[in-house]
Amino acid sequence: MAIAKVYGIETEYGIQAVGPREQNPTGAASVLVNAYASERAGAVSWDFDDETPGVDARGYVRETGGAPEVERHLANTVLTNGARFYVDHAHPEYSTPECSSPRQLLVHDRAGELVLQRAMTAARQLLPAGEEIVVYKNNSDGKGNSYGCHENYLVDRTVPFPVLARRICAHLVTRQIYTGAGKVGCEEEGRTSAAFEVSQRADFFEEEIGLETTLKRPIVNTRDEPHSDATRYRRLHVITGDANLSEVATFLKVGVTGLLLLLVEDDAFGERELVLAQPVRAIHDIAHDPTLRTTVELVDGSRLTALDLQWELYGLAAKYADERGLEAVGSDAEGRLVLERWERVLAGLEADPSTLSDQLDWVAKYELIDAYCARHGCDLDDARVGALDLQYHDLRPQRSVYQRLGLERLVSDEEVAAAVHDAPTTTRAYFRGECLKRFAPSIVAANWDSIVFDLGGDPLRRVPMMEPLRGTAEVIGTLFEHCSSPDELLRRLGG
Amino acid sequence: MAERELKRRTAPSREAPEVEEEAPASTDKAEKLKAELDDLLDEIDEVLEDNAEEFVRNYVQKGGQ
Repeated sequence: MAIAKVYGIETEYGIQAVGPREQNPTGAASVLVNAYASERAGAVSWDFDDETPGVDARGYVRETGGAPEVERHLANTVLTNGARFYVDHAHPEYSTPECSSPRQLLVHDRAGELVLQRAMTAARQLLPAGEEIVVYKNNSDGKGNSYGCHENYLVDRTVPFPVLARRICAHLVTRQIYTGAGKVGCEEEGRTSAAFEVSQRADFFEEEIGLETTLKRPIVNTRDEPHSDATRYRRLHVITGDANLSEVATFLKVGVTGLLLLLVEDDAFGERELVLAQPVRAIHDIAHDPTLRTTVELVDGSRLTALDLQWELYGLAAKYADERGLEAVGSDAEGRLVLERWERVLAGLEADPSTLSDQLDWVAKYELIDAYCARHGCDLDDARVGALDLQYHDLRPQRSVYQRLGLERLVSDEEVAAAVHDAPTTTRAYFRGECLKRFAPSIVAANWDSIVFDLGGDPLRRVPMMEPLRGTAEVIGTLFEHCSSPDELLRRLGG
Repeated sequence: MAERELKRRTAPSREAPEVEEEAPASTDKAEKLKAELDDLLDEIDEVLEDNAEEFVRNYVQKGGQ
């Protein structure tokens, strides 16, 4: 049965060290994270106790091979807003706190950008004059190297994973027509045909399903690491997404995917099997065609465009919404907003994609580059076009092309600024954040599902948080009002 | 045309009359966006890195997840 969705986004940012000195990227990423953390009270270390990236949702544990290594020695902090800010694979990575609605997650995803901006400023003060570390919110260097932006969704454990994978795959392949961040040039091995691609990430997917995240990336990732009660929940780890600057794109990326997961959980996909015959080929072919005319084959032999497929999914979702409501998305009202925007964007893409240049990343970038080439009489392989492509994602306000383009906003600067310090009040991130704000000196480490206290003398005390929707302000807000010390908090929690 | 019919059936809320109404509006909007883009192009060179070629060449990342 459909359960209330809990959402999160992890973004690996691109970095570039500027200056006369050669800097290794892992070191540069550490400088950023440490510079930010050292300026702030309340940031504490990450606890690795529940990390099990080798567990596969198909029912086995891989003991050797390419599972990501836990890098214990690198910068790794938890912030008062409940987020994790750390170094992963030579990139600074920001994981939002757990959120209970797509819009709330959008606010926290943008707060992550602000944290990275502040980390850049803090690092500039530590580095010698003339040196700087610049951060980019993108997914590829244009030379065949990719780094991810992963989404997480809480899903009912009783849904068999093969069913979940089969149902969601076609969406993950086709949603790029509105979630894509766009790029110039092709990075798919052995193919050079595309001039402009809809998605930054699509070229890097080589398998339909699997556990990997750094090589032979699969469209459906099987990592089974719920960070919650594993008898009740699954955390669907989606690795196909582009890192978006467009708020509309992030809202739809998370909102539509969350909404379709309700249909998966309630088995509401109807008779027709929307299953792609060759999903890997399809994700590439769709990415390579900004006219959106390319068709892909379903297992029943029919051929549809990505838009056709998204319209089919929209139809199913609209029907589901009428019959059962969308409370589990976060609220019924917000679910309706997702549906409404989804419909509007699909209609826009169908009529004329350029009408969405104030809403979607890939369209905004495409239109800008097209106009730039027309004015300067240059081609897509011109270095200035390459610079435009990269600088679309530059997080420095004065260098950000995205910022100049002025895309539509869905959330306010005030909300985003507050989310740099304050956790969502509607998930367990609230408990984590409040503990860090009030009792950081007594906290040894924290992670998604527990906090470890050191109260002196006694053994360390671990407070488990296995329910993502407990520990909210509504339930325990008053508890904090009455606790002036961590000892008292633990006593009242009954620990 | 089978695809068209399919869409009509599954997405009843975008029937023909709506589309007809929207057509001129979307053209207006496209024009307006184009005009704004033109203004932006006047100033975009200030934003671009001084040596675009070197900047693009040097932007090399380690692969991640």
